[in-house]
Amino acid sequence: MSGATDHTGIQPGEVTSFLTDSTLCIGCKACEVACKEWNGISADGYDFTGWSYDNTAALGHSTWRHVKFVEGEITPGIGGNSAQQLSWEFSSDVCKHCEVAGCLEACPTGSLVRTEFGSVFLQPDICNGCSYCVISCPFGVVQKNEDDGRAFKCTFCTDRQKAGMMPACAKACPTESIKFGRLDELKVEAQVRLATLQSRGMTDAQIYDPTHTSVKGIHSMFIIRGEPETYNLPPRPEVPTIYLKDAWKSAAFEAVAMVGAVVASFFFLGRKG
Amino acid sequence: MSEAQSSFRESRLDEIRREASQFGTVQQAGIRAAGSPLPKASPQTGYYQQHLLKEPQWTPLVPLYFFVGGASGSLGVIGSLADLIGENDDLARKARHMATAGSTISSVLLIADLGRPSRFLNMLRIFKPQSVMSVGSWVLSGFSAFAAASTLADILDTQIDGSPIATFLRTIGRTGCTVLGMPFHNYTGVLIGATAIPVWNNRVRSLPREFGMSGLQSAVSLLELSGETDSNALNAIGLVAAAFETWEGIELLRTRDRELAPTKQGLTGALIQTAGVLSGPLPIALRLASLFTSRRRRRLRQAAALSGIIGSLCLRYGWVAAGTVSARDWRIPLNIPEPDASTSFDRRAADSLTRRTP
Repeated sequence: MSGATDHTGIQPGEVTSFLTDSTLCIGCKACEVACKEWNGISADGYDFTGWSYDNTAALGHSTWRHVKFVEGEITPGIGGNSAQQLSWEFSSDVCKHCEVAGCLEACPTGSLVRTEFGSVFLQPDICNGCSYCVISCPFGVVQKNEDDGRAFKCTFCTDRQKAGMMPACAKACPTESIKFGRLDELKVEAQVRLATLQSRGMTDAQIYDPTHTSVKGIHSMFIIRGEPETYNLPPRPEVPTIYLKDAWKSAAFEAVAMVGAVVASFFFLGRKG
Repeated sequence: MSEAQSSFRESRLDEIRREASQFGTVQQAGIRAAGSPLPKASPQTGYYQQHLLKEPQWTPLVPLYFFVGGASGSLGVIGSLADLIGENDDLARKARHMATAGSTISSVLLIADLGRPSRFLNMLRIFKPQSVMSVGSWVLSGFSAFAAASTLADILDTQIDGSPIATFLRTIGRTGCTVLGMPFHNYTGVLIGATAIPVWNNRVRSLPREFGMSGLQSAVSLLELSGETDSNALNAIGLVAAAFETWEGIELLRTRDRELAPTKQGLTGALIQTAGVLSGPLPIALRLASLFTSRRRRRLRQAAALSGIIGSLCLRYGWVAAGTVSARDWRIPLNIPEPDASTSFDRRAADSLTRRTP
């Protein structure tokens, strides 16, 4: 276990990542608490969702870690082997820090930047609250704080990483369900862990890292059991900028049509009367 | 139901009765009353039907900005070309002045919508081609400047004859208004199309066209309402735009993608369908009718103009609101099919869940 003085040994310029392993998560929400405390995020109130024990509900401007409480069909091995109990597992969600990030592409101010650790960082002093990133994120992570006027999301604890410390959530995690490290190393670790889980009979275990889409992979990978839909992880997330070419083509076509209509109309019918 | 299952359920009744009489309450795990909202997460029901996408957080000023900006950009093009090609000087001047006023109002609306309005200039600290919002801010700023230049030239013309400054301002003003009026009047379609919101994204190829033609029709309509009901050229442009909108409307109705449900159902569907009629067939009929009568021409043209303007407003508000409805559809981003007629019991129970608290 790492102490306060331990250095991660990761230097700026090295690409880092989370690997969140749902098979190790115990749903204690230490990551949520640690994140809120370290980053000084405002409270979200004592709301009850009424649809599960998950009362955090979703990631948002004031929630950068969200422990999902996944109740499913009775599945021996998940949440105990009782034949009466529903399966019961947890997974701590976080900003995906996409390789190609929709929010970053969309940001008109340059508030959202790629950090020296390869993560996506929102500079609050630049953000002007246009909220275009909110609808450009295929994972629904970024959100504007209506009271404050700016958008907020997970910083990947860039401040801590610069000082050689691991992000607050990873440090607070008591079961090392949230692993932090170099992206390439964690990719290998994920494969090793997956092989271990499968050898233990958890054949439905899989790694969630959408490298096959325009997102090109994420810097917070997940090990989950079953399909990503169960965890509200989109099976095929796409960066909206891939549609730009079609959209501008349509706009150019219409603009030429407009000028053509105006020129022709005034040329042939331009006289008064 | 198999015999084993039914005997299990029967024995459960005995169990519940025994527990209730003994403890005064039933607390055993595994109690699943029919229709009770006992939630489950699964590949079929997602994560308790919670939508993963965030809803758009624009204020109602944004659709209004889409309307004013669309009209303003088109007015800039008309104002720059009308007296260059035709002979309608008054109409062109009016269009230029309206474009200037429109671009100023557009800026105010856009800035007012920002979470931190004082930071509007942050948009102009960089130019980012891949961000439609960035391109749009620059186009808006540039267009406003060029529109102001051509209006300034018009004012100078009334004061001094043949001022070289006026000639210079007129030339760059009109060139700029034509060049930037083109993206300014339809970029908002690109803006919402190239996002993660399914209903917008589905129409990414047609929204720029539709928003652009809607802006052109608003421009014609505003000029007509300001008194230019005699111009045949304007009527022709109005007819072209309305015909285009009719075609787009039919295309939308013919496309049966489930992402488009918000454009066909509910309040947003009603708004978009109304917009289709008010900016398509209705103004076409009124404009054609105006060609065959001289006595009622003015009235018919004004009616067509009013219909076009209300249609354009409905279009903008309808589409922006449809984005909010679409973001709440949890199935689409998870690629989960709509439930069919044989909706399972669990699905119905799950669907009756209340929406999550924000």
